Amino acid sequence: MSNTLFIDGQEIPFAPGQTIMDASLEAGIYIPHLCHKPGLTPHGSCKLCTVEVDGRSVSACTLPAAAGMKVDNNTPALQEVRKTLVQMLFVEGNHLCPTCSKTGDCTLQALGYHFGMLDGHFPPFYPRREVDASHPDLVLDRDRCVLCELCVRASREQDGKNVFAISGRGASAHIIVNTSSGKLGDSDLTLDDAAAHICPVGAILPKNHGCEVPFGRRTFDLHSVAESDVAHVGLQKTEHHDE
Amino acid sequence: MEHTASNTRRIAIDPVSRVEGHGKITLLLDADNHVQEARLHIVEFRGFEKFIQGRPYTEVPYFVQRLCGICPVSHHLAAAKAVDQIVGVDELTPTATKLRRLIHFGQVLQSHALHFFHLSSPDFLFGFGSNLAHRNIVGVLEDYPDIGLKGVKLRKYGQQVIAAIAGKRIHGAAAIPGGMNKALSDDERKALLVDIADIIRWSQDAVTLNETIHLQHPENHAFATLSTNYLGMVGAQGELELYHGGLRARRADGSDIFDQFDYRDYGSAIREEVRNWSYMKFPYLTAIGKDNGWYRVGPLARVNLCDSIPTPLAEAARVRFRAFAGGAYVHDTLAFHWARMIEMLHCAEAIQELLNDPDITGTDLVVTGAKRAQGIGVIEAPRGTLFHHYQVNEQGLIEKANLIVSTTSNNQAMNESVRSVANQYLDGHEITEGLLNHLEVAVRAYDPCLSCATHALGKMPLQVEVVSATGEVLNRVSKNMDGVVECAL
Repeated sequence: MSNTLFIDGQEIPFAPGQTIMDASLEAGIYIPHLCHKPGLTPHGSCKLCTVEVDGRSVSACTLPAAAGMKVDNNTPALQEVRKTLVQMLFVEGNHLCPTCSKTGDCTLQALGYHFGMLDGHFPPFYPRREVDASHPDLVLDRDRCVLCELCVRASREQDGKNVFAISGRGASAHIIVNTSSGKLGDSDLTLDDAAAHICPVGAILPKNHGCEVPFGRRTFDLHSVAESDVAHVGLQKTEHHDE
Repeated sequence: MEHTASNTRRIAIDPVSRVEGHGKITLLLDADNHVQEARLHIVEFRGFEKFIQGRPYTEVPYFVQRLCGICPVSHHLAAAKAVDQIVGVDELTPTATKLRRLIHFGQVLQSHALHFFHLSSPDFLFGFGSNLAHRNIVGVLEDYPDIGLKGVKLRKYGQQVIAAIAGKRIHGAAAIPGGMNKALSDDERKALLVDIADIIRWSQDAVTLNETIHLQHPENHAFATLSTNYLGMVGAQGELELYHGGLRARRADGSDIFDQFDYRDYGSAIREEVRNWSYMKFPYLTAIGKDNGWYRVGPLARVNLCDSIPTPLAEAARVRFRAFAGGAYVHDTLAFHWARMIEMLHCAEAIQELLNDPDITGTDLVVTGAKRAQGIGVIEAPRGTLFHHYQVNEQGLIEKANLIVSTTSNNQAMNESVRSVANQYLDGHEITEGLLNHLEVAVRAYDPCLSCATHALGKMPLQVEVVSATGEVLNRVSKNMDGVVECAL
């Protein structure tokens, strides 16, 4: 049997060791995802990439592709489940898009639009979470954290540091900083680190910068979240001039 | 329902309206039906000053513009001016300054057009007590299509100016610490110039219409009229200034209270009194004192206070306006509308000037400076002088915020105007829809933020009750959301 699998009936190739997500990204097929980033160890926590393989729900980002595998991806039922997951992520945090400087560049917001989400559906939790502005160049706003652990993995795997971790369980889970004070300002995180820019929402943002990228020129003003290899617009301009 | 004395009755109009809903008017009547006191209670509680605390200062201009859907640019810019000070910038690049002025002129133009044509013109074109079902913008479009359409197009144009600079017509993003985030392209500039001649001409027509209405209706001159102090911003030469200048406060007779006052010291010039029956504070001029230091802001104040208007057509209109009162200040409350249209004409002319200024398409947009612990931004919003004051901690998070919004400054004056109209029109126990609308016309002249809910297509819900000294409801009239007036008892 050749190294191919079927996503919604479309036959695509895969290399040994690739996951369903890897193969689909290479083939230009969009499987919604939030906590996945090529180059980082798959995490399988957001569950937005849930697909059905032989009737079983699995995470596309963690399940290795297998020859002849038949994957259901873009079905109304799965899209509805994914929308519900996005709604739950919204209500669990304090996501106020109108005043968030990540708006238009936020993957969670883009997924909300992608799934046609019109409201949070569930009662908001309005959790009380701490803002950490102790770092000279970055702000950690836990209100917006979706526990995707992209910053945790980027810090360990790409930056060779160990700045972030998740602590607590269930509804008490929250992002922490690995310093004795627990403050970002006491960590060795720098503005050049991958972890400083990988946050898919507005939880880690450059400090002292307003909405430097105008509305209309932000990532998801220009691209659909379903496009592959979308290069994110940097929210912090290096020059104080317009293009 | 309260009773303050055994021989008084309290009439409550509840709800009148508020920014996104309702306010309340209560009238205290003595045994002879004379109005002892009128109170406009603004029952809104927005809480922005509290919940901005703990947020990064860079968020403030986007956060606080959500205070309002009609004049968000004014809040955005007042906060941006405060944030400029926090990042140690006292002067922006010429292009950034002119872009901010341009977007603000677009804001004032669209807001003034909305207020007169959509909200207030039905009162003047059809009469205060005319058929309720027809007294709205749809009625104006039916009977006066030329006037109505001009109003719609004027507002649309102002929104286009805003969208070209902020990326959106409402709640965009333009100002950043120390400047602006986007240059105006030459294509955008040219596109805005296409209609500007019409916009100026229609604004002139609007001035003429309001001038004519006011001059031909002497009964309007005393309607809700008050002789008051005025506060507003002026430029270095005393000219009308909406974006940046010194504060000028003058008494009703035109004598100075202060002039070219640095607004960063506003705390020494203005105090805010809190009264236990309203969420809206009562500011007063410290130099005059709490009892008589209340003042009016907004178009009437600004056109009275300024020595000139730096665009020719609006200046000519201002000269005629001041001549109406023989050179003295015009105190007629309904002349707010006339002054508002003069300002709209000024905005249209100023937009044309700026669009033809070579600096406007420049790309040098931001300057930087050394951090400071606080910033105070003041601007002339469509409804009057607007104060934003923020203090930040060493990490750049907001510790304290104080906002004095324009409608707050007109609080006492609106109360006095309501009392004046109630005295003139309240007739025994019988409450008519005419009374309701006359009270609304008085409040509406000030274009308070609550007017957007007040007059939208004539659907403002209102209720008036007359209560006897013993608490018995003698009469109750309500106007529901469909504008239907019902007598409940």
